[in-house]
Amino acid sequence: MGFLDTLFGRTKPVPPKLDDLFALPSAAITLQAATGFEPTGSGSVCFRGVEGKTFSDIQDDVRELLNMDAGKPGGGLPVEVTKDSYGFTWLVSSRMSDELDALVTDLHAVNTSLVDNGFGPQLLCTLVAFRDAAERRLALVYLYKRGTFYPFAPLTGERRDNALELQIKGAIGDDLKFEQDLTKWFPVWGAPGL
Amino acid sequence: MARTRYAPDRGLTVRMTVTMFLLGLVFVAFVALIIGIMIAAHASGAAIVLVALVFGGGSAIASLFYSDKIALAAAGARVVSPQEAPELHGIVDRLCALADMDKPRVAIAPTNMPNAFATGRNSKNSVLCVTQGLLDSRLNLTKEELEGVLAHELSHVAHKDVQVMTVASLLAIVAGLLVRFAFYSELFGGGRRNNNQNAFPIILAIMLVSVVVYAISFLLIRVLSRYRELAADRSGALLTGQPSALASALVKVSNSMSRIPSQDLRAAEAMNAFYFAPAMKLTGGGKSLSTVFSTHPSLERRLAELEKIQKQLGQMTPQ
Repeated sequence: MGFLDTLFGRTKPVPPKLDDLFALPSAAITLQAATGFEPTGSGSVCFRGVEGKTFSDIQDDVRELLNMDAGKPGGGLPVEVTKDSYGFTWLVSSRMSDELDALVTDLHAVNTSLVDNGFGPQLLCTLVAFRDAAERRLALVYLYKRGTFYPFAPLTGERRDNALELQIKGAIGDDLKFEQDLTKWFPVWGAPGL
Repeated sequence: MARTRYAPDRGLTVRMTVTMFLLGLVFVAFVALIIGIMIAAHASGAAIVLVALVFGGGSAIASLFYSDKIALAAAGARVVSPQEAPELHGIVDRLCALADMDKPRVAIAPTNMPNAFATGRNSKNSVLCVTQGLLDSRLNLTKEELEGVLAHELSHVAHKDVQVMTVASLLAIVAGLLVRFAFYSELFGGGRRNNNQNAFPIILAIMLVSVVVYAISFLLIRVLSRYRELAADRSGALLTGQPSALASALVKVSNSMSRIPSQDLRAAEAMNAFYFAPAMKLTGGGKSLSTVFSTHPSLERRLAELEKIQKQLGQMTPQ
């Protein structure tokens, strides 16, 4: 934010960075080779809905767009829409576990429709779920405003497996643009699709 | 350029520019007048002015540097960890990720009055504090309304309001100190007056100028504070995308504030400018006078501005 904007109290809503999301499929291969975590095929986009009909119409359009090929061969399950206790909306897309490219394309479709309609600043994060042979849960979270990834490994209760998270960072830190500031690795407890 | 629904409020920017320009003008006039008086008096009051400048500047820098500690101590607040207040931290986490800003420390003050404030000299050292009353189930604030309040406070941090208001009040502090110093030097320096017949009218002139400057800058600071509240309302509402949630939080907090006896509130008077809603209401003297002296815009004004944002966000096509 510039000096004048600060002086006049004009915070500009931050536009999202979208491009780095596409690095995910290749990083997932490295992740699987290094740690055994495989994608579950489920991914989600989290955004802060805006009050009023304009936004809810756009949200309905996105949902329809993603559901167009649901049930057909090569298509995924219908998109799930949930609202979490913080008032944020999650669009969850479920694909086969080997279709990470298609999943990322789905997620990107949500991003572009919000951005095209001028609601880009409402995007919070995107989550792609992984699981290993021991059924440990892991999500790679993409922060739209920073264009960076961080790992989130929830345990039972509101605890997270920091050791595993740091191990993941070590394994694929070079393949993805990782969030270096650990204070930005905020937890997303109870995120749908995880 | 990307299309956006988040156009800046030009009117607000213009009004803020005018206010800050006037404050600067008063400052220049003040310095010129004092220098003028001293030249006319062959610099006999120089020591007083210098001491006032050093003291005023020093206290302003100190209060800016320790603003977070001072405010927390004054409110009796305690910084809480994510484990102690998971919900509060959860909301702040998400808002900071949305706004791409550093997360401030989160504190809770054990006051029943529902309110919130943010302070700190920079984004790394800022604290966001809510009172126990704001989280109280009797206030019945929904999570989205609480989010609106927190977004408003985070906007104060993003706008560096503590720094801006400290600089803006510097003039008033120096002028106020000059009045006091001139008064005391007149009181206790009486014996020396015989040696210098010139000193009395000069000190009187400095005092007079300082009083006038203090009064004008005091009013301008209040105007600026009200504009910055509106700016924080605006940024907060745009951040969450829920102007009505912030509006209803304002209504709830203001209503419950007027129900609480003022004995509780007196302690909060000094921190009024940092609060979400004014803790001390000026009563008596007519409505227009209380509007001029208030640190916060009226509830009606704030609700009207939020309604405008609601319309702006609901436009069919972005600009």
